[in-house]
Amino acid sequence: MAKIPIVDYLVIDDGEPYLRAWEAVDTGALYFDRRNGDAKGGGTEFKPRRLADVGKVRSFTIVQRGVPGVPVPYASALVDIDGGGCVKANVVNTPVDPEHVTLGMPVKLTTWVAGTDDDGNEAICFGYEPV
Amino acid sequence: MSASTDNVWILGTHMTKFGRHGDKDLIDLASESATGALTDAGVTIHDMEVMGCGSLFNAMAGVGQQLQKQIGQTGIPVYNVANACATGATAIRTVYLTIKAGEADMGLAVGVEQMGKGGLLGVGGKGDRARTEYKPSGRYGSVMSVEGLVGTGLMPGVFAQAGMEYAYENSGVGFEQFAKVAEKNHAHSTLNPLAHYQKQFSLDEIMNAEMMSYPNTLLMCCPNTDGSAAVVLVSEEKLRTLSKDQQRRAVKISASVLTTDPWTERAQVQPDVNTLTRNAAKKAYEMAGVDPKDLDLVELHDCFATAELIHYDNLMLCEPGGAGEWIDKRGPWRDGETPVNVSGGLISKGHPIGATGIANVYEVATHLRGEAGDRQVEGAKVGLAHVIGLGSACGVHILEKAGV
Repeated sequence: MAKIPIVDYLVIDDGEPYLRAWEAVDTGALYFDRRNGDAKGGGTEFKPRRLADVGKVRSFTIVQRGVPGVPVPYASALVDIDGGGCVKANVVNTPVDPEHVTLGMPVKLTTWVAGTDDDGNEAICFGYEPV
Repeated sequence: MSASTDNVWILGTHMTKFGRHGDKDLIDLASESATGALTDAGVTIHDMEVMGCGSLFNAMAGVGQQLQKQIGQTGIPVYNVANACATGATAIRTVYLTIKAGEADMGLAVGVEQMGKGGLLGVGGKGDRARTEYKPSGRYGSVMSVEGLVGTGLMPGVFAQAGMEYAYENSGVGFEQFAKVAEKNHAHSTLNPLAHYQKQFSLDEIMNAEMMSYPNTLLMCCPNTDGSAAVVLVSEEKLRTLSKDQQRRAVKISASVLTTDPWTERAQVQPDVNTLTRNAAKKAYEMAGVDPKDLDLVELHDCFATAELIHYDNLMLCEPGGAGEWIDKRGPWRDGETPVNVSGGLISKGHPIGATGIANVYEVATHLRGEAGDRQVEGAKVGLAHVIGLGSACGVHILEKAGV
């Protein structure tokens, strides 16, 4: 059975998991999604870039009322990644309240199994935990 | 006719009461605001040469034509528009630009939405967490719905994160400052009979209400609301031919601006509601020759309390970085330095998406005419109306009381 990343910008092929961005060759702009072009400069050439696994919480919210089927509360954060890039993800492995999830807190990448499909494949999710 | 450099004026405007209108359909609401605006303007549908119609959730329904079939099929062009929460402002601009282009002297812009009890907005993509085969799809190659697993895309959370980002970058901003925004808007709403809710709440009640998405509690979020608003626009040349009373009540559109979000790095993962608002405001102030300090009132897009606070800064109503301090010293209260959302704002008045951008123009224009009743900002001469929709689009209009 395979381990499958929940999104394709999480790379779990071998070694430590990491986030992969597409970097526009002309401008250095970073993207996580499949691109038709660079929204910053208009170029069409991209190269993969491995992002650091540590960063700081730039902003966060704690969702208390969500959508059916999604457990609450959860902490959603914008993380400024050391060395470049910004990503949205959950902050985990700490109490989910504004006393423990704070602006500017240093965090590092972590992963866990988010579910298993009928074929036994595991979906691997990523988030950040306090350093 | 040829392209005009003349000003465009508001000749008439109307809005329905915002609220739950389960006994009416979309066209009932649009008809009420459209005929109300025509009557207010002292003209009829037969005087209209163009119509702009905005209804986000009915973008493919030909709402403008449906409306014509109830209030007058005169064969004029209709532009049905959808532009997120800037839909109403976009409808105004289609009429404004048509008049500016010299294709019409008079036109009608209508915005309408029936939201019902729509629940939380903002979750897209895969909704089935229980799918049995994990197969990457979409531009992010996701194998399941990521809401709650990879952050949030729900609106209370998205705008909470926008506010908290401001708190990260600036001092003196926290839960209490955001809550004070809602305290103000709920207090203001008690004077507006057209608001969905007209109930005052204490700061404690607001901060201790059900937490939706920290720091936005339930009383810091706009409700889902039904409603419609409309405006009749006229060229200056045509206005000069109308009655003295129509000229006296007309309100000048000194700036009409629409922007989208330019590239910014972090906007790839969190909508940047700031840059396009700042760009629109800067352009509007230049176009109108107005300084932010000249404004007598502002209706801005407070879909959530966290949003309003950051727009104080984006619209340059406070010192750079000083939004927290400004709400602390009651700058945006109706008796403060620059009254903001004296209508009660989206938080109390409601947010029928297609109507919102026209309703805030209605509010500003009504004050400039001196016809706002109990909530009148005395002596108001110039005001600004702002909306922003995620995706993103921002509309800013600056209106002035002026002689023709």
